[in-house]
Amino acid sequence: MASVVAASLVEKEEPGGFVLAAAGEWLVATAAELDRRLRAVQVPSGKRVTLDLTGIDRLDTAGAWLLLRTEHDLTTRGNAVEMRNLRPNFEPLIDQVRAAAIIAPARHPRPAYHTIAGFIARIGEVTLALIARAYSILGFFGVVSTTALRLALHPRRVGMTAIVAQMEQTGVNALPIVGLLTFLIGVVIAYQGADYLRFYGLESYTVQLTAASILRELGVLLTAIIIAGRSGSAFTAQIGTMRVNEEIDAMRTIGLDPVEVLVLPRVYALMLTLPMLTLFANFMGIFGGGLMAWGVLGISIPEFFTHLSTISHWSFWIGMIKSPFFAIIIASIGCYEGFQVAGSAESVGRLTTLSVVEAIFLVIVTDAGFSIFFSSLRI
Amino acid sequence: MPDPPGEPIIRVRGLVNRFGAETVHDGLDLDVFRGEVLGVVGGSGSGKSVLLRTIVGLNRPVAGNVEVFGSNILTMSDDAQREIEKHWGVLFQDGALFSSLTVAQNIEVPLKEYYDMPLRLMDEIAAFKVGIVGLPDGTGEKYPSQLSGGMRKRAGLARALALDPEIVFLDEPTAGLDPIAAGEFDILIRDLRSSLGLTVFMVTHDLDSLFAICDRVAVLVDKKIRVGTLEQMLQDDHPWIHSYFHGPRGRAAVLSKTGQPEKEKMRAAVSV
Repeated sequence: MASVVAASLVEKEEPGGFVLAAAGEWLVATAAELDRRLRAVQVPSGKRVTLDLTGIDRLDTAGAWLLLRTEHDLTTRGNAVEMRNLRPNFEPLIDQVRAAAIIAPARHPRPAYHTIAGFIARIGEVTLALIARAYSILGFFGVVSTTALRLALHPRRVGMTAIVAQMEQTGVNALPIVGLLTFLIGVVIAYQGADYLRFYGLESYTVQLTAASILRELGVLLTAIIIAGRSGSAFTAQIGTMRVNEEIDAMRTIGLDPVEVLVLPRVYALMLTLPMLTLFANFMGIFGGGLMAWGVLGISIPEFFTHLSTISHWSFWIGMIKSPFFAIIIASIGCYEGFQVAGSAESVGRLTTLSVVEAIFLVIVTDAGFSIFFSSLRI
Repeated sequence: MPDPPGEPIIRVRGLVNRFGAETVHDGLDLDVFRGEVLGVVGGSGSGKSVLLRTIVGLNRPVAGNVEVFGSNILTMSDDAQREIEKHWGVLFQDGALFSSLTVAQNIEVPLKEYYDMPLRLMDEIAAFKVGIVGLPDGTGEKYPSQLSGGMRKRAGLARALALDPEIVFLDEPTAGLDPIAAGEFDILIRDLRSSLGLTVFMVTHDLDSLFAICDRVAVLVDKKIRVGTLEQMLQDDHPWIHSYFHGPRGRAAVLSKTGQPEKEKMRAAVSV
């Protein structure tokens, strides 16, 4: 800032030694300029130096610090330093800063990995952290499973209200977005597919192409990804916020099991809603593809159903079978990351992001596993 | 920003704050004078924090005027507002430190924002601010999550003091601290007030703080404010004010201040 520097510093050499005459407003606003000038002061060592403070009109802690630092620096260079003519009303301020000024400036945090060795060490650390994380997630799956088994013996303790409430939030409220996106994907696949198939004169197979890809893969996968982003993240944020508020600890002291009260209703709810959403997504996707086929290729409604009936019913079931597994993954990861929240609200945000990324990653890995499994069964 | 002596540094007139159907302040007037420590008390929900937030411009009132350093906070330009913000510091309840920055970096944020300073000088300033608020050596390198509640408040105060403000606003500075830490915080505020010449606007529930450091007390009752010295407040016969100062805790605070029975000590309490 190019503010007017209302402070001054004059260097004089007098018979008795050096005199630094400070004057004006020694404030935080003038500190940068004064700092520059003070650092430029050249005083040979072994002199008597007088800091003449007669002219200082206003002083704050920043100005006081500069005076004290100068006194200290000159003294360590072997000069005899004396402060003179400080106004008495500034003395408490100088004393206050002097008492505080023993502290060494804090080091700024630095990125720890500058070197190649550091980079390799980082890879190792991240790998170990990943393994530890996978182990811990597996442990959480175990806790959830045993709690579910225990609860199966006491079905009355299952929180039906919580399950229904979660179903509304994760299912009913997700219908518009899931329906719209899968409808559009159906349109896109039919349109792109027809383009290529027309090249071979097979454009009438567009219906089969669209329906098979949506039923087997895209319907369930898209729904799972949308729900991971929409509900998995919500689970992490809800449970994480409860962790920050110590609500989870409060539950434990009352004798409520957080896994039973918070995790299982979410897992059950999602296991019920994700297949239903998948069914809806399949319908909307095929509807979009059919609309496209009718509009662009002129495939009539009876023709459309004829094409559709050639698709193996397994295509439909493969998609539906996968959906509850994806639901377990999304709900468990969402809840797991929520429980990982510790301390500050900042970690809620970080873990919410992580929860979505991990859930989508695991959903796709599992989907690949299913593909291998089903192809080995030749269906 | 010099004021003629005796002129209020903060002047609130006819303040009305309403949230939905709930009226919090209804025609509230308040003056804060340079160099004083004003304690603001009131029951839960009486609008103490709302008053603080209104004065520092975080809350827009329904009606009324707020002048700080003689200029109207509500109508001033953004540039004028920035100029004023250089001259006040605010300590929020839990410190409100930026969690992604170290304590030293937190203190440097206002310095960086307002002044073009070499990094080295900023580090030096941050270091002695850490010392001024009584934090141990090395605290500057720590992150807020590594600090206890009391240390976070001190670090928040260090950030509020970064620009050597003329006014500091403290929102319940001793809430959540143990009595020893709270007492130390009172002493810290008192020392800083006398050495730095601060004006302190302090929202508090803490009767001991009121008796230890406040020159005047402002009590929020009936959507308005009553201001006076402690002696005047002790004699006020408004039911809420009476039970506040003459309840068991109020009496204990008066007694502990002077070691004398209530009647005589009222005079002594004022001179504190």
